[in-house]
Amino acid sequence: MAAQDGGEQAGVLMGPATVSPAAAEAPATARPAPRGRLAGLVGGGLAILLIALAVAALADVIAPRGYDDQDLAFALQPPAWAGGTWSNPLGTDPLGRDVLSRIVYGARTSLLLALGSVLIAAVIGVTLGLVSGWAGGRVDAAIMSAVEAQLSLPYLLFAIAFMALLGSSLTNLVIVLVLRSWVVYAQLVRVSVLSMKTREFVTVAVALGARARRIVFRHIAPNVIAPALVVSSFQLAELIIVESSLGFLGLGVQPPTPSWGSMLSQGREYLGSAWWLVTFPGLAIILTVLGANLFGDALRDTLDPRLRTRARAPRGRFRRTLKETS
Amino acid sequence: MARQILRRLLRAVAALLVVTAVVFTLLHLSGDPAYILLTPEATAEDRAAFRAEYGMDRPLWVQYGRYLGRLVQGDFGQSLSFRTPAVAVALERLPATLELTLAAMALAVLISLPAAVLAAVRRGTLFDRALMIFTLIGQTVPTFWLGMVMILVLAVRFHLFPASGRGGVLHLVMPATALALWLTALLARVTRSEMIEALEQDYVRTARAKGLTERGIAARHALKNALLPIITVMGLQFGGLLGGAVMTETVFAWPGVGTMILDAILKKDVPVVLAGVVLVAVGFILVNLLLDLLYTVLDPRLRRA
Repeated sequence: MAAQDGGEQAGVLMGPATVSPAAAEAPATARPAPRGRLAGLVGGGLAILLIALAVAALADVIAPRGYDDQDLAFALQPPAWAGGTWSNPLGTDPLGRDVLSRIVYGARTSLLLALGSVLIAAVIGVTLGLVSGWAGGRVDAAIMSAVEAQLSLPYLLFAIAFMALLGSSLTNLVIVLVLRSWVVYAQLVRVSVLSMKTREFVTVAVALGARARRIVFRHIAPNVIAPALVVSSFQLAELIIVESSLGFLGLGVQPPTPSWGSMLSQGREYLGSAWWLVTFPGLAIILTVLGANLFGDALRDTLDPRLRTRARAPRGRFRRTLKETS
Repeated sequence: MARQILRRLLRAVAALLVVTAVVFTLLHLSGDPAYILLTPEATAEDRAAFRAEYGMDRPLWVQYGRYLGRLVQGDFGQSLSFRTPAVAVALERLPATLELTLAAMALAVLISLPAAVLAAVRRGTLFDRALMIFTLIGQTVPTFWLGMVMILVLAVRFHLFPASGRGGVLHLVMPATALALWLTALLARVTRSEMIEALEQDYVRTARAKGLTERGIAARHALKNALLPIITVMGLQFGGLLGGAVMTETVFAWPGVGTMILDAILKKDVPVVLAGVVLVAVGFILVNLLLDLLYTVLDPRLRRA
């Protein structure tokens, strides 16, 4: 949620993305998914996400027009029910491009970027977290000071500076997004490795002479998959918002490629005259982020019943333990 | 206690060093201010003189070292575009940011605390569910989008509030509300879950057994114990907001620290960006330090640490 104003720094440790060490310890097979309302939420969130993904994947089939098909004769047409025509159901932009088509193609940009970055961040963060937690000592100190250094940067300002100064290329955008998320994984995984190190199955593996790499990747890693999955869901929501924030500031994906954020940026200039330019891309963002958040919430509750409806804030000491070596 | 504070201060200084070094490098990598700030007609000598004037002809680490040296003496350098002290440019915007932040914070606390406490006491009721749905939405809607929709409806359509800029109370209403939504959702969520946990504790059962009213229990026993994490969240959010609510400020053209840093980044006004970032980081660190001190005041158990 850091992209939301206010969460800029602090958001890393809180917001729905907070998964306490208790969650990290939760075994993957804690309990079969509860039925009823909760399962409905999982389904609802998942359904929204899957629909968004399908739209992104099938953009070429679904979109009535190309994302850059201009027709200046039909510039700034309102949506069909507000005086426009059904050939442009959600209206057109100042270049006469179909808003619906651009939202559909925008899903591709926004979702792919967020999803790809979450995956990269997860791989990097989980690996570093495993190494940090298992190795301890200097390696741990080095990785954790990198984490801390990054957390002391006001993220959104950093992201803006990075994109504005180094250029808004796709590579830079992915780097900025990955930087936002890897920390969350690294911290989470490290804490759960620390708690697992003293557990019997690890002690036994050590006693049997298993090598460190085997213990970490065969015995410990599977146990962090569940909490990492929960975090991924929230991070997806987070990165969609970050990407759209940067796009809104003109620092994200560059035209003519549509992304939901850059559409909002364009719409802002026509705020007084063309309300549909701002409204619909925003709704697309909200719906997708809602899907990811719902899915994450439900997933967390399913994987760890102890955490049901708890969005726990770190306490004074707890906060410190999260950051330092406990 | 003193050792703890000293340790935190040292870490704070280390964090500041990292932050400034990263920003310094980024700014350096981004190109030569002599080409951005001087007119295209400027000769090679003009540019060389400009670089020499600001010490930009030296190696990066020398520049950084010099910058730190001056920083220790309280000298943030001159703004490249305004030709005034950079720190003055940054500080000038602080009141606007404080005004917006405090208004949003006050709004969020006034709404979220009572609502969340009530929801926790009446857990599972319609009100509780409504609040949970509200927090879900509040954490989903991007602030900048909400801001634009508010402008669209309240300013453009109904002319209730001015669409942008800073002025009287009327100017403050929309940006503060937009900014408060997310804060309200976060605080309500945290407060509710902390209260629910507090209400399950033994001392609440004892209080109930003694025949205290539910209202008294909630206010005097449970809330008091739930307060620490709530204050933590408030403090961290406030610290983060000192950096200016970049998105909200941009949407409403609010002349705060956030828009100032954004402008300076786009103009590559190195000293102003650095001054702004240092200001933000110092604010954040101070808030953190204050929080730590506050814990020991509020929770005597932590004093032994």
